[in-house]
Amino acid sequence: MTTDNVDIRSIRSRRTLAQNAWRTLKSAPLSAIFGMAVILIYVLCAIFAPLIAPYGEAEIVGKAYGHASWQNLFGLDQIGRDVFSRVIYGARNTMGIAFLTVCISFTLGGIFGIYAAVTRGILDQVLSRVVDIFMSIPVLIFALMLLAMAGKSVWNLIFILAVLDSTRVFRLARNTALSVAVQDFVEAARLRGEGLRWVVLREIVPNILPPLIAEFGLRFSFVFLTIAALSFLGVGIQPPTADWGSMVAESKTLITFGRPQPLIPAAAIALLTVAVNFVVDWFLHKTSGLRDE
Amino acid sequence: MNSAVKPSDKSRIKGATLVEIKGLKIEGYSDDKWHPIIKGLDLTLKRGEVVGLIGESGAGKSTLGLAAMGYTKPGCRISAGSVNFDGIDLVNAPQDKLRELWGSRISYVAQSASASFNPAHKLMEQVTESALNHGVMNRDAAEADAKDLFKRLQLPNPDTIGDRYPHQVSGGQLQRAMTAMAMSCRPDLIIFDEPTTALDVTTQVEVLAAMRRIVEEFNTAAIYITHDLAVVAQMAHRIMVLRYGNLVEEAETRAMLKAPTQDYTKTLWAVRKLEKKEEKSDDIALSVQGVDASYSGVVKVLDNVTVRIPRGKTVSVVGESGSGKSTLARAITGLLPPSKGRISFNGKDLPARLQDRDRDTLRRIQMIYQSADTALNPRQTVRDIIGRPLEFYLGLKGAEKDRRIVKLLESIELNEDFIDRYPGEMSGGQKQRISIARALAAEPEVIICDEVTSALDQIVQEEILRLLMRLQKETKVTYLFITHDIATVRAISDEIVVMYKGKVVQQGLKSEVLNPPYPAYTELLLSSVPQMDPDWLTNLLRQRGGKAA
Repeated sequence: MTTDNVDIRSIRSRRTLAQNAWRTLKSAPLSAIFGMAVILIYVLCAIFAPLIAPYGEAEIVGKAYGHASWQNLFGLDQIGRDVFSRVIYGARNTMGIAFLTVCISFTLGGIFGIYAAVTRGILDQVLSRVVDIFMSIPVLIFALMLLAMAGKSVWNLIFILAVLDSTRVFRLARNTALSVAVQDFVEAARLRGEGLRWVVLREIVPNILPPLIAEFGLRFSFVFLTIAALSFLGVGIQPPTADWGSMVAESKTLITFGRPQPLIPAAAIALLTVAVNFVVDWFLHKTSGLRDE
Repeated sequence: MNSAVKPSDKSRIKGATLVEIKGLKIEGYSDDKWHPIIKGLDLTLKRGEVVGLIGESGAGKSTLGLAAMGYTKPGCRISAGSVNFDGIDLVNAPQDKLRELWGSRISYVAQSASASFNPAHKLMEQVTESALNHGVMNRDAAEADAKDLFKRLQLPNPDTIGDRYPHQVSGGQLQRAMTAMAMSCRPDLIIFDEPTTALDVTTQVEVLAAMRRIVEEFNTAAIYITHDLAVVAQMAHRIMVLRYGNLVEEAETRAMLKAPTQDYTKTLWAVRKLEKKEEKSDDIALSVQGVDASYSGVVKVLDNVTVRIPRGKTVSVVGESGSGKSTLARAITGLLPPSKGRISFNGKDLPARLQDRDRDTLRRIQMIYQSADTALNPRQTVRDIIGRPLEFYLGLKGAEKDRRIVKLLESIELNEDFIDRYPGEMSGGQKQRISIARALAAEPEVIICDEVTSALDQIVQEEILRLLMRLQKETKVTYLFITHDIATVRAISDEIVVMYKGKVVQQGLKSEVLNPPYPAYTELLLSSVPQMDPDWLTNLLRQRGGKAA
């Protein structure tokens, strides 16, 4: 509001991107730092799974339901595989599939959403109503039905979840793009004679990126939970591929014997979800310009 | 009511001190630091007195006005000084005591009445709300009183207007209803924060008259915040000029208008000295003939509009909101193809639709918008913003493009330091200059300026207008200048087009339009523009039918 502020802003802009990023990171709250640390560890586990895991993903190393020991930190599963190794491989499978799914869903939802917002008219109406119909059906039930019809394979799982999830992305992309598309600078670009490509990529997308990135994190959490749920129900990722959802399902009876084994993959799921949410929360707070009051 | 907030007998006497602010300092929090907004101000307000606060945006007017009611905006704090309201220390008063005062003894009228009313409730409910909440009156008495206030504020149908919803009355009526709401508890102090800024001049007159009369009748003290000097001259007994949170000058209204002592005040007063000599020309660059246009084919917003725009001259289009000024611009640019009539440019018909025009035609007609905040992409640097038309129309690239950008920056009186800045790193005036440079980069023949100065402070407005005039002299560019501000029109036009309800009332040289004989609407419009004369409103109302008594 005061003229002093203008000066301060101009000084800040002279920092490089890296300096700005470092400054922002330093001021991050504990929850966000915790979240980022957890995500980093998970990602490292996923990438370097074969190096970290003491045994192979499907390697049978002892007898069924063996107790935890120094050789097998989290014990053995129903056919004698090392649970610790499978939890590490699970990071790779579950997160990898979830990440791929969200990428596809953002490509689909983002492109159609922005296109609908910019062109409006009949196409926008048709797409929006179709999306409404999809959104009125609970994702898990819809996915179960489609998977039952299409057959249980990883690619079917990815494709079905991506399409279902892209409806949410479509909504967000369309609404945020719409609020930018009515701004004068977009009109100015049109008056200049710019094509659709320029208007979308140079005028609109840079302005809707922050909410979309935040949504990417949240959608990742949801997709990840949905995959875990589907795997638990037996239609998600199929054995012998290690996956946290199915690992919970396979060992769930152990809980009645007082063994903590099924809780380990469940905790892995919960921890990642919480971590992603912490980071997204902070990111949204930062980019929306909200202040702590 | 709490005994501590009841008015003391002493304060009921006219001329007794009501508000006393001493050494007030207020700070605002941004970028992890506290910045001073008000840097030590004193203000004394007597019962029945109206003090005007003027200054550009960021001067601290609103912050000081709110502080007089013991309130600071979120993110601000009072760091020093005292605010004394009729013996009550507002700085240290507990929140519930302040709430008891607000609405009953101190009330606030905001700039945008439409944003301040709840659209889901009828006017009457909202106007009587504070009187009922504070237990001043019962419902019947409050409604009777509200009707009385509506009558005093000269609202049409005072007995039934309370049954309407906010969207069912006009902006001027809503602003008066808000004054009635502020008056409902007969407060000792009203803060008016730019109450007429969003209104058309013709509406503004009625609202100003109503507010002035009701304040006088009830002997209410008021703080009137505005950036419009002519308005404050009508309303205030005393004027305080603020700048950067400091007091520049304080004096009785008449004394200050006659002889301002400080340089800054003098510049404020001198602002409208700018005047261009009109020139006649028959070399028509752009002509609009018998154009009709409507949104979605239903509401006709342009009705048989014919306008001639001579080359190298400035044609101003004036009229109140809804008169079709901006729609005319949209029709010319091809954003809203006309349903009838033709638009010709350099003697050739322009394709109606934007999509059908070739790149070179688009280049020749450029547009500058009212709000540079929305007209510049916040994620692009000045280099991208100005560089794009150079690249797009003229095919410039690399070092040559950069050289041209710097040259353009110099022509709008900025320098190459700005080239890597984002819009958020510039002031409002600088941003508007960048908008101008973007239009200039295309080397256009016609620039349509849509209210380009109305979002700016008076001094910045003056600078922008001077810049536009200089550029016209240098490049012989033609301006179509859309505005509702008659002072701006007077300063820069060669010809004037007056529009009303989608029709052209009059087009002619400046001297013809601004001097009698006038068509009826032109006269109403011109006479409604506030003058820097404290008696202007009184005289005008007397002329229009003796309402000023």
